[in-house]
Amino acid sequence: MSLLLTQFVNLLGAVLLMLAFAMISQRRIVSLIGLFTLQGATLVLATAVVGYVTGQPHLYLSAGLTFVLKVLLIPALLRRVVDRLDIRADVETLINIPTIMLIGILIVIFAFNLAKPISQLSSVVASGTLGIALACVLMAFLMMITRAKAVPQVVGFLAMENGLFFAATSATYGMPMVVELGIALDVLIGVLILGVFMFQIREQFDSLDIRHLEKLKDD
Amino acid sequence: MSVVGFLSQLLEIVIAIALAPLLSGWINQWRAWLQNRSAPSLWQPYRVLHKLFNKESVIADNASQLFRAAPYLVFGCMTLACAIVPTLSTDLPLAPAADAIALVGLFALARVFISLAAMDIGTAFGTMGARREMLIGFLAEPALLMVLFSASLISGSTSLTTIVDTLGHREFAIYPALAFAGVAFTMVSLAENARIPVDNPATHLELTMIHEALILEYSGRHLALLEWAASLKLFAYSCIGLALFFPWGVAQASAPLAMLFALPSLVLKLALGGFLLAGLETVNAKMRIFRVPEFLATSFLLAVIGLLTHLLLSPPR
Repeated sequence: MSLLLTQFVNLLGAVLLMLAFAMISQRRIVSLIGLFTLQGATLVLATAVVGYVTGQPHLYLSAGLTFVLKVLLIPALLRRVVDRLDIRADVETLINIPTIMLIGILIVIFAFNLAKPISQLSSVVASGTLGIALACVLMAFLMMITRAKAVPQVVGFLAMENGLFFAATSATYGMPMVVELGIALDVLIGVLILGVFMFQIREQFDSLDIRHLEKLKDD
Repeated sequence: MSVVGFLSQLLEIVIAIALAPLLSGWINQWRAWLQNRSAPSLWQPYRVLHKLFNKESVIADNASQLFRAAPYLVFGCMTLACAIVPTLSTDLPLAPAADAIALVGLFALARVFISLAAMDIGTAFGTMGARREMLIGFLAEPALLMVLFSASLISGSTSLTTIVDTLGHREFAIYPALAFAGVAFTMVSLAENARIPVDNPATHLELTMIHEALILEYSGRHLALLEWAASLKLFAYSCIGLALFFPWGVAQASAPLAMLFALPSLVLKLALGGFLLAGLETVNAKMRIFRVPEFLATSFLLAVIGLLTHLLLSPPR
């Protein structure tokens, strides 16, 4: 039973990585937020299953916290921002999407190789998933690099946090509760502040393209 | 070669040839229902085949022998493909003739001949269809190979019967690699069978058709054979999908009587798969032809990541 559940956690890790690829190749902002919600839900399930397998009740708590924050609250906030800013058009990426996917696969190979010796040392239940978590974090980085608009960058930032959270769960059975609460609050506040920023950027430049921020005012 | 093996091989070919149009009819019916249209009868594909076989075949004056031979070749390739994919039993005398790699080659052979035949007449549509078919084919083949390799890595063999034997008859386990491979395989089979996000099987609109443009010049019995071959290809792909991802219920060499159970389970699985395919086609819109390389590149990458996850997550031996 425990073996099957461990395999289930591995499967959920694979789903997380698949969703990371889906997000990187997604052009529409609304679908991007939907995928982010789905990633959050997968993370909740994975955390709860790891909590059940290892018998660590505090993991249930952090699963619940993740559910409230990343499945309910933050997607709702992002949807509101998108509605208020009235962004409906497709997002253009800085590099074309097939190239990004190719870079993505190189990242996956890199992350897997990096994590292999580490996971061989550790003896926790789902040690093999460390590589997947690392790949998720790097993919989110890639997404932040390749997107020019502000909202996808914020989604990339949040997806990176998802990856880190999964790494913590799979490698060390979750962070201490204080740290976890702190990060959760930080993410929430971060999204709120970034939302305000987006409105300000739009007001200044009439667009959400953050390349405008690279110029100084007097130019 | 045992008598039982011979019989099960024969039964499998007959069932594939007989059931393939039924599967197409079933999918068309569900597609119509899901799109709020009144559906054609389940037996409509058989009626179309009957009508076409009774019609005269008109061939252009400048058509070469290749044009006449291509329908038979394509039909033969698809029948052989259906024969080596284990659907009812894994005790198949023909199975050693081709492993998973040769199976992909078999599909490629059919594709080459149908494309050559389409270009043979020299009309603009045929050539355009052939070029597009080749574009899709060369991107879809590596992805399909990678999907099959993922399954071979798990079972340690490229022979389809061995893969089904290992996956279907051992202790239940979850393979994350197969999740990736499953998504990739769905995308590849949509592209290979001219299904909606890539090509619309119901259209004759000149700018969007791919498969229909290829067979535009055919009529009569040649067209009937090609339509039948298209149904067989869909059947073969569905059976590969079932063999790789849902291999339960297939009879083994040691237990030939299990075939009595294998047939209903195959029909049930195909019916479910057909329904899902119709649903998938209903919720998707056809994509631009220039987006197709991106779609297929995604499926290739997913299949490769499937391989990598297997290497990462499998316990060291």
